[in-house]
Amino acid sequence: MAKPFGKHKLRDILSGYGFMSPAIIILGCFLLLPIGYSIFLSLHRVNLLGTVSYKFIGVGNFERMLDDARLWIALKNTFRYALIVVPSQTMLALVLASILNMKLRYRNFFRVAFYLPTVTSSAVLVLIFMWIYNRNGLLNFILESVGLPTYNWLGDPSVALLGIMIMNIWSTAPLFMVIYLAALQDIPENLYEAAEIDGANAWRKFWRITVPQLKPVTFYVIVMGIIGTFQLFDQSYIFSAGSGGPNNATLTMVLLIYQYAFKSLDMGYASAIAFFLAVVIMLITVVQRLLFKEEKLN
Amino acid sequence: MRSSNRFRPFFYILLALYAVITFVPFVWALSASFKTLPEIVAGGINFIPKHFTLDNYRTIFRQEPLFVRWFFNSAFIAVTVTAFNLLFNSMAGYALARIRFPGSTLMFYSILAMIMIPGQLTIIPSYLIIKELNWLNSYQAIIVPMAAQATYIFMMRQFFISFPKELEEAAELDGLGRFGLFTKVVLPLAKPALAAQTIFIFMGAWNEFLKPLMLMSDKAMFTLSVGLNTFKGQYISFWNYIMAASIIMTIPALLIYIFFNRFFVKGITFTGTK
Repeated sequence: MAKPFGKHKLRDILSGYGFMSPAIIILGCFLLLPIGYSIFLSLHRVNLLGTVSYKFIGVGNFERMLDDARLWIALKNTFRYALIVVPSQTMLALVLASILNMKLRYRNFFRVAFYLPTVTSSAVLVLIFMWIYNRNGLLNFILESVGLPTYNWLGDPSVALLGIMIMNIWSTAPLFMVIYLAALQDIPENLYEAAEIDGANAWRKFWRITVPQLKPVTFYVIVMGIIGTFQLFDQSYIFSAGSGGPNNATLTMVLLIYQYAFKSLDMGYASAIAFFLAVVIMLITVVQRLLFKEEKLN
Repeated sequence: MRSSNRFRPFFYILLALYAVITFVPFVWALSASFKTLPEIVAGGINFIPKHFTLDNYRTIFRQEPLFVRWFFNSAFIAVTVTAFNLLFNSMAGYALARIRFPGSTLMFYSILAMIMIPGQLTIIPSYLIIKELNWLNSYQAIIVPMAAQATYIFMMRQFFISFPKELEEAAELDGLGRFGLFTKVVLPLAKPALAAQTIFIFMGAWNEFLKPLMLMSDKAMFTLSVGLNTFKGQYISFWNYIMAASIIMTIPALLIYIFFNRFFVKGITFTGTK
C-alpha cells in the first residue's frame, strides 16, 4: 500500500486525512496522549489540591506496591476469581453452543433468550442478584427448601466473592456461547460424515472432532475470559458500595485503582498500579495473538 | 451436526432448564417491582404479586425528581456516542481500506496496536485531561472520548476491503466526489456492519458505569447506571423501588436488542473471532 509520495494524488491525500481526522483527534487526545501521561504519572507523586503539581519520585510508587497488603489481596482475589470463573463459563458456553448447533426446533428462540443477560447492564444485574442473595431472598429460599444451609451472601466474607462469581458465569457465558456457535458452523460437515461411516457415536464425535476442531476458539475464549476477569469493576463496586468488602473479600484490581485515585486522590500511585495491571493484560493479549495465529495456520 | 433421536428429549430438557435459569432472575425482579414492600419483606417464592401495584413506578418517577433526568442523560449520551461512532469509524475505516495517502500504513498499524491497550491504563490520565479541559460534569466529558473506537475502525476497514470496487468506480464516473461517494454509495451498502456496531456501541454507552461514576459528581449529570447505584444507597431496604428502577433501565436496551437481533450473530462473528 505504501507508495512514494509523488504517486498519491493531491485529492486522495486531502480526502484521506479528511476522513481520518476525527478519529485521529479523538484517539490521539484520549488514548495516545493518556498512555504517555500515565507513564509520567506513575513516576510522580501527584498533588491535586489547588493547581495540580507533580513531584518526581522515580520508581517509588512501584516500590510501594511491594508492601501494599491490599494490593496483594486484590491480586489474590482476581486470581481466585479467574481460576473458577474462566473454566466454568468456557465449559458452559461450549455445552450450550453444541446443543444449540444441533438441528433442534426452537433453537433460534433459545439463542436469543440465552443471550439476554449479556445485553443487560451490569448495574441492573448486580441489583437483581443482590436482591436474590438477600437474607430472605430467592437463593436462600431454594437452598432451604432442598435442605441445604443458607448463607448471608452479602455480608459473609467467605461467600461474597462466590456470589459475584456465580453472577458473572451466568452473565458472560452467553457471549462466549455465540462465539462458539459461529465457530461450530465452520467445522466441515464431511468430518462428521466420515466418522459416522466408521461407526462413531455422538459422544465420540464430540470428543474426537468437535473439541479438537474448536481448540483455537477455546483458546481465544479462555484468554478473553482471563482479560475480562482482570478488568472486573462494576460488579464488585456496586456489590460492596465501593468498599471491596466485606473484609476486602470482593476487592479487585480495578476497584483498588479507583479507590486510590478518587478516594485517596493518590493519582500517582494509582497510575502505577494501573500500569502494572495494563502490562499484565497486554502480555496475555500478545501471547494470545501469537499462539492464536499459529493455531490458525495449521 | 445430526443428533441421534434417542437423546433429543434430553437436550430439550437441558435447553428448557437453562432457559429457566436465564429468565428467573428477570422474572423475579419484574414481579418484585409490582409487589408492595410488606409482601416483599415477608419472603416466599410467589412470582405473581398478591397485591399487584404500580405504586413503585409512580414513586420513583414522582419522589425522585432526578430519575427522569438520569434516563434522559443515559439516552442522550448513548444515542450521540452511537451516531458519532457510526460516522467516524466508517470514515476512518473507509480511508484505510480505499484511499492512498502517505502515512496510511502507519495509521493502520497504530489502530491495531490501540485495540490491545487495556482501558484501565487511560482512566486516570483521561480524567486529568478532562479536568484540565473543564469538562467535568458535562456531556462532552463522556461523549467526546468515546466518539471513535479503534476496534470498530478496524472492523469497518475489514468490511470495506472485501467490498466490490466496481460500484464505486461506476459512481465516480458519474462525477461523484469522495464524500458524495461515501455517503451515497458506500454507507447505504454497509448497513449490516453499521447495525452490528449500533448494538455494541449503544449497549456499551448505555451500560457504561465507571466513566460517569468518575466524571460526574453533580447528581443531575448522573446516568441511570450511576443513579441506580446511589438510589440503592438511599432506599437501602426498599427493594420494590430498586427493582422498578432496574426494570425501567433494562427496557430500552432490551428493545434495541430485539429490534437489531437479526444482525447480532453476524456482528459477533465479525468482531469475535476475526
